[in-house]
Amino acid sequence: MKAVDRRQFCKLLGGGVVVLITTKPSDLFAQQRRGYPEDLNAYLRIDESGHITVFSGKVEMGQGVITSQAQMAAEELGVGIDSITMVLGDTDQCPWDAGTWGSLTTRVFGPALRAAAAEARTVLMKLAAQQLGVPNEQLILTNGVISVAGDPSRKVTYGQLAKGKQITRLVDDKAVLRSVKEFKVMGQSPKPVDGREKVTGAAKFAGDIRLPGMLYARILRPPVHGATAQSIDVSKAKAIGGVTVVEEKDLVAVLHADPEIAAKALAAIKAEWTQPEAAFDTESVGDYFVTKVTDSEVRFTRGDIGAALTRVKQSAGSEGEPRLFEATYRSPYKAHAPIEPHTAVAEMKDGKLTVWAGTQSPFGTRDRLMAEFGMDEKSVRVITPYIGGGFGGKSPSGQAIEAARLARITGKPVMVAWTRAEEFFYDTFDPAAVVKIASAVGPEGKITLWDYHVYAAGDRAAEMFYDVPDVSTRTYMRRGTAEARIHPFAVGSWRAPGAGTNVFARESQLDIMAAAAGIDPLAFRLQNTSEARVRNTLEAAAKAYGWKAAAGPSGQGRGIAIGYDSGTYAAIVAQVSVDRSTGAVKVDRIVCSQDMGIVVNPNGARMQMEGCVAMGLGYVFSEEIDFNGGEIRSMDFASYEIPRFSWMPPIETVLVSNDELAPQGGGEPAIVPLGAAIANAVFDATGVRLYRLPMTRERVLAAMKSEEKQKAG
Amino acid sequence: MKRQIRFNVNGNPVSLNTEDDRTLLWVLRTDLELTGTKFGCGDGICGSCTVVVDGEAIRSCQTSLSQVQGKNVTTVEGLERDGKLHPLQQAFIDHGALQCGFCTSGMLMNAYVMLEKHKKPSRSKIVEEMDDHLCRCGAHQRIVAAIEDAATRTGGGK
Repeated sequence: MKAVDRRQFCKLLGGGVVVLITTKPSDLFAQQRRGYPEDLNAYLRIDESGHITVFSGKVEMGQGVITSQAQMAAEELGVGIDSITMVLGDTDQCPWDAGTWGSLTTRVFGPALRAAAAEARTVLMKLAAQQLGVPNEQLILTNGVISVAGDPSRKVTYGQLAKGKQITRLVDDKAVLRSVKEFKVMGQSPKPVDGREKVTGAAKFAGDIRLPGMLYARILRPPVHGATAQSIDVSKAKAIGGVTVVEEKDLVAVLHADPEIAAKALAAIKAEWTQPEAAFDTESVGDYFVTKVTDSEVRFTRGDIGAALTRVKQSAGSEGEPRLFEATYRSPYKAHAPIEPHTAVAEMKDGKLTVWAGTQSPFGTRDRLMAEFGMDEKSVRVITPYIGGGFGGKSPSGQAIEAARLARITGKPVMVAWTRAEEFFYDTFDPAAVVKIASAVGPEGKITLWDYHVYAAGDRAAEMFYDVPDVSTRTYMRRGTAEARIHPFAVGSWRAPGAGTNVFARESQLDIMAAAAGIDPLAFRLQNTSEARVRNTLEAAAKAYGWKAAAGPSGQGRGIAIGYDSGTYAAIVAQVSVDRSTGAVKVDRIVCSQDMGIVVNPNGARMQMEGCVAMGLGYVFSEEIDFNGGEIRSMDFASYEIPRFSWMPPIETVLVSNDELAPQGGGEPAIVPLGAAIANAVFDATGVRLYRLPMTRERVLAAMKSEEKQKAG
Repeated sequence: MKRQIRFNVNGNPVSLNTEDDRTLLWVLRTDLELTGTKFGCGDGICGSCTVVVDGEAIRSCQTSLSQVQGKNVTTVEGLERDGKLHPLQQAFIDHGALQCGFCTSGMLMNAYVMLEKHKKPSRSKIVEEMDDHLCRCGAHQRIVAAIEDAATRTGGGK
């Protein structure tokens, strides 16, 4: 036997068996851990009855990860999903996590969780082999019970082996993930773990937390971003019985045990403000970016775009030479608009601060609280109840800081629940953006150059997966630069931030070139890419739709587009009808295909795809923050319309089989190609191209009128 | 005005000596700790706060306590009977008709009233009746399918 290294030591197990144990992770776990803790026990605990608690720093906000993570752990442990209870987003109990965003739960935390569970299974099997006195190969694992093949009376359970204690690693663990063929729990669509709680009203969201003596706070807000208070008079608020008034330099709040009295007290405060000048508004924002912003960065380049542009411009109009197409696309500031506004409850008790917050970032919020109050990790705990929708908007969690400050000042538990107006006002909008593209297509219908400039949206999903020899992708207003901060209010990450804008621009431009070349838009895409996953995903959507090839505009009113995001390809075929007298666009049908590698929960994946499409209809047709400088005019669901039942087409989903690839992201990809697919469908129906999101009926009507005028002129 | 307000919630009598202009939503959520009814917008637009008062679906954020004096109020907590889910609740689970679950209570209560009034609503009737309820996660087509299914389960399909 080789020398025992410092990380290995002997341990006497119950029954007198001596095993050699180690703190080293298996090769599998070491590979898959990616920054998550090395200790298996950070992820799971098995109690004496065999019930398993799985801990994850990810949060549940409707994307279904409470179920899919339980499936992954159950699969690798060899138990049913009913044996598992999930604990999510509790900083005192769960392994550290950066935050729930970017469709990362399944593709990045998932491998660590699966590897931890697989290693736990390996250890438990080895212990069982020792206790039962048979080699590993003769053991059968059925739902947490390990028995001897051919003699089921000789058995031991996970509960008996683990006894609720820490699981200790054994030397020479050879943990392996179960293969797709072996899957019993992954690849299935169990009923959502949180379904029953959510249909009975039992599910707790941050606003449902009740603590003895809790006060509801309302906070004085400026009328516009950037305003400064000239005078604040709280005397009338103070006169209301039972109201606590907090007056700090940057935080004026009123608190009461009845939230409606707190609201009345807030209304009784008289404040005067000075307001800054507006630099731009809803209409001028795009031109402002393009004229004011100079700094840029080349993010991707292939070939020589400068030489290619010169060549095509010199030969412009000549027979048999590539034709150049230049276009500008725009998208507005968009709100996340979850139905649950930002809410948090904070309590200071015995030197410990506990905050229940609807946050996508429990650990980040804990770190902010620690920094704010100079407290250590042990003294601050963030607990994340269910979240009523996030979409990227609940990564910054200012309400948690506000509640904690007020709890410390008043010495009582405090709830801060933003109103709908506050939710809009303090939202971190998806930034308005401009994309300028110059591209050329040769006489054979091959794209020859692609010069891409994007302002404010970043280059997510702007990857050029078409086979173009000369490519340049240039971003303006890069994160961290002064020019990225010219927005008059906070901006942040929306669902697949920037990706919908980039794909709207790219896939619209593809269609423009296809139409000019007289080629069917699907055929044009296929003849310009050799990437197998792109082709498979496009073909899957087209097949399910029953695509009939024809150059646009064909009058069929169908459009296609494809996007890549979070490791996943998603293609959409949209079918629309356009009312030429009003400009109203009705989406009659959506077919969405997706290659996301191994699918953990097919029904859950389809729900996310449908959700992307349903939510996405908002950015396509209505969602646009109306503003003038720091003044937000869209402050409710009447002025900021989100999709309704009557907007919904039948949404069909197709999962493209790709079990060779590990599971990829599913929460965001399908929202990405929707705008382009619908814009392309509108073009196919009418011959009119829309370059600006949202495609409101006024804009569609104006575009049709201007087209008619051009034709007449 | 402070006075005695009496009404039934989920079959249980409630008596409160309080201001009668208080909003039903907040009385449910604070005094009665029935937190299944949600605050989504406070403007009566989103529908998350929908409860049933004497057989009608109403927006509890737009309803004062004086308006429910002597009436029967049903909230999402009152749908389950003797540990058995209402067919609508079961259908919502079976069809995956919810994601974050925040709009769900309001959806269920509105659908409950619809099915009381229309035993077998057409798909277009369901869409029309649900159109003033907002869902941001995009569970719409599954909600419609769940309501159709529940209509069948409650006998409307026969």
